[in-house]
Amino acid sequence: MLALKLAIRNLISAGLKTWLNVFVLSLSFVLLVFYNGMIDGWDRQAEVDTKAWEVAEGQYWVPGYDRYNPFTLQDAHQELTAEVQQMIATKQLLPILMREASAYPEGRQQSAVLKGMDVSQTMLKLPLNDLQNVADPASAVIVGRRMAETLDVEVGESFLIRWRDVNGAFDARMFMVVSTFDCDVASIDAGQIYLDIEVLREMCLMSDEASILVTDLEEAPELAGWDFKNNDFLLSDMKALIKSKRTGGYFMTFMILLIALLAIFDTQVFSVFRRQKEIGTYIALGMTRRRVVSIFTIEGATNSVLAGLLAAVYSTPLFIYLSKNGIAFGAMADGTGLTIGEAIYPYYSMGLIMTAVLLIVVSATIVSYLPSRKIAKINPTEAIRGKVS
Amino acid sequence: MKNITLIISLIFSLTAFSQTAEEIIKKVDKNLTADNMVMASSMTIHGKRNSRTLTSIAYTVGDEKAFQEYLSPARDKGTKMLKLEDKLWIYSPSTDRTIQIAGHMLRQSMMGSDMSYEDMMEDRELHEMYTSEILAKEGMNGREVYVIELKAIVDDVAYHSQKLWVDCERFVPLQQDQFAKSGQLLKRVSFSDVRRVDDRWYPFSIVYKDMLKQGDGTEMNITSIKFDQEIKEYMFTKAALKQ
Repeated sequence: MLALKLAIRNLISAGLKTWLNVFVLSLSFVLLVFYNGMIDGWDRQAEVDTKAWEVAEGQYWVPGYDRYNPFTLQDAHQELTAEVQQMIATKQLLPILMREASAYPEGRQQSAVLKGMDVSQTMLKLPLNDLQNVADPASAVIVGRRMAETLDVEVGESFLIRWRDVNGAFDARMFMVVSTFDCDVASIDAGQIYLDIEVLREMCLMSDEASILVTDLEEAPELAGWDFKNNDFLLSDMKALIKSKRTGGYFMTFMILLIALLAIFDTQVFSVFRRQKEIGTYIALGMTRRRVVSIFTIEGATNSVLAGLLAAVYSTPLFIYLSKNGIAFGAMADGTGLTIGEAIYPYYSMGLIMTAVLLIVVSATIVSYLPSRKIAKINPTEAIRGKVS
Repeated sequence: MKNITLIISLIFSLTAFSQTAEEIIKKVDKNLTADNMVMASSMTIHGKRNSRTLTSIAYTVGDEKAFQEYLSPARDKGTKMLKLEDKLWIYSPSTDRTIQIAGHMLRQSMMGSDMSYEDMMEDRELHEMYTSEILAKEGMNGREVYVIELKAIVDDVAYHSQKLWVDCERFVPLQQDQFAKSGQLLKRVSFSDVRRVDDRWYPFSIVYKDMLKQGDGTEMNITSIKFDQEIKEYMFTKAALKQ
């Protein structure tokens, strides 16, 4: 207790120097919490959105299909068995048929994937029901906002699509955009055109066929002839990317923390040198060297406690504001092709805050202790005379 | 009077269409296909901003073997293609790698042109894939032509129907329109500069145009063509690609 009292008294008497150290350290604390909170928020948001718009609780793929290899799309289709049809009827599975195509808005060629889905589906948030009750369902499509911008088409406008049937014969006709949707999951928007699965099956002569089956069953059963992909697999690339961003953030935080810790280290070295007489007096009065070392260490470590308190004062309102209003990324988010909202809502967990506090307090204590070790070797007589070099 | 006019028209039609459409198409096939040929050509690809010209030499044996080497520009010089039956390999000198073009890649544009690899690979003769019907006889580019409609009789054909304007005398198409199943015109191939080579007529200038895209298409000009040449067998091996 005495050590703590002495430490606080010494810190306050050091004035501006202490507050500079505390401020820089508080910045690293805020940055650590802010950046990781943002990444955690992005991670949660991306997972929730991807599940809601694209993968639900998992997908069954036609063997050989690879979502990153468009060349596998040509053969990624197979007839649905009675068992699968039964599960589709009970809304446990959502079949999606995918075919490569080319869109020609005003004479420009644009590669696209035609995705046929049940227009009455509710498993995914895609607004397929907009394809119902249109004048010509066979020529109605919906596209995402990004795709609409790429094609330069608006609701009510038509453009030509060229595709091939199952035998490879070309077909082409005009399709009208009946609605557009806006979602954060770029992978279901860019380059995709949605239409009624029955229309696409007829266009491609692929009656009762599908390329993938989406399921919302938490315990997905084995289906013969289909490869099940759970969300650990389906979300793994997104998670890996977010993890890499987190690692990049660690580097930035580490640099700021390093600056703050260097300042504390310097202060401690200077204190031990400048306060020789004080150290000598403590030892001469009977204080053990270990106790004196602990006074200096606590003094340095108290910087981190004050930094935490200072950070809490100015960052709490900021963090509350950001978690409510989000951090807007706007058009920049679109260009990345990632699952990233126009605004990211940071998520500050207790675990994150405690980890940040622990990291900074422990590292500040270590860098405070290192210079203080010299005290253990000091001769009190020489220290009182100020002769320690 | 009306009856006489009708009879004269009928007689004229019968005379004009004295050859069946199938016979005409077979003559077209005979003109355009050969047991083997060596052809040097230049291909000009008209892009949005500029055009580029590639020159190449191609060796073909029957409808199953073909070897093509690009001679210019410097960027594409040394690029070689080998077709053996339904397989296609491309050798790129910059990477010193040979890759097989298969599946969906065959449908991609060949060297950025309006032709796909698949268009180049199509080796079946027209009469094997389509039924034909003469629609009319008219004039085109100062020549008398049969307008012939082709309809697919096999499933695995890229164009469901085609329309050919065939020179009545030379049996060389002057124009070929290729349609989707819906009847949408997809591609137009225009043939000109028809010359006599040995015992056949052959178009020395061909323009391929994707009708759905803006642009001036791809122009191919044959600089020399020789039929029934002796072509060494090793040329149609993958080893020849790297030589």
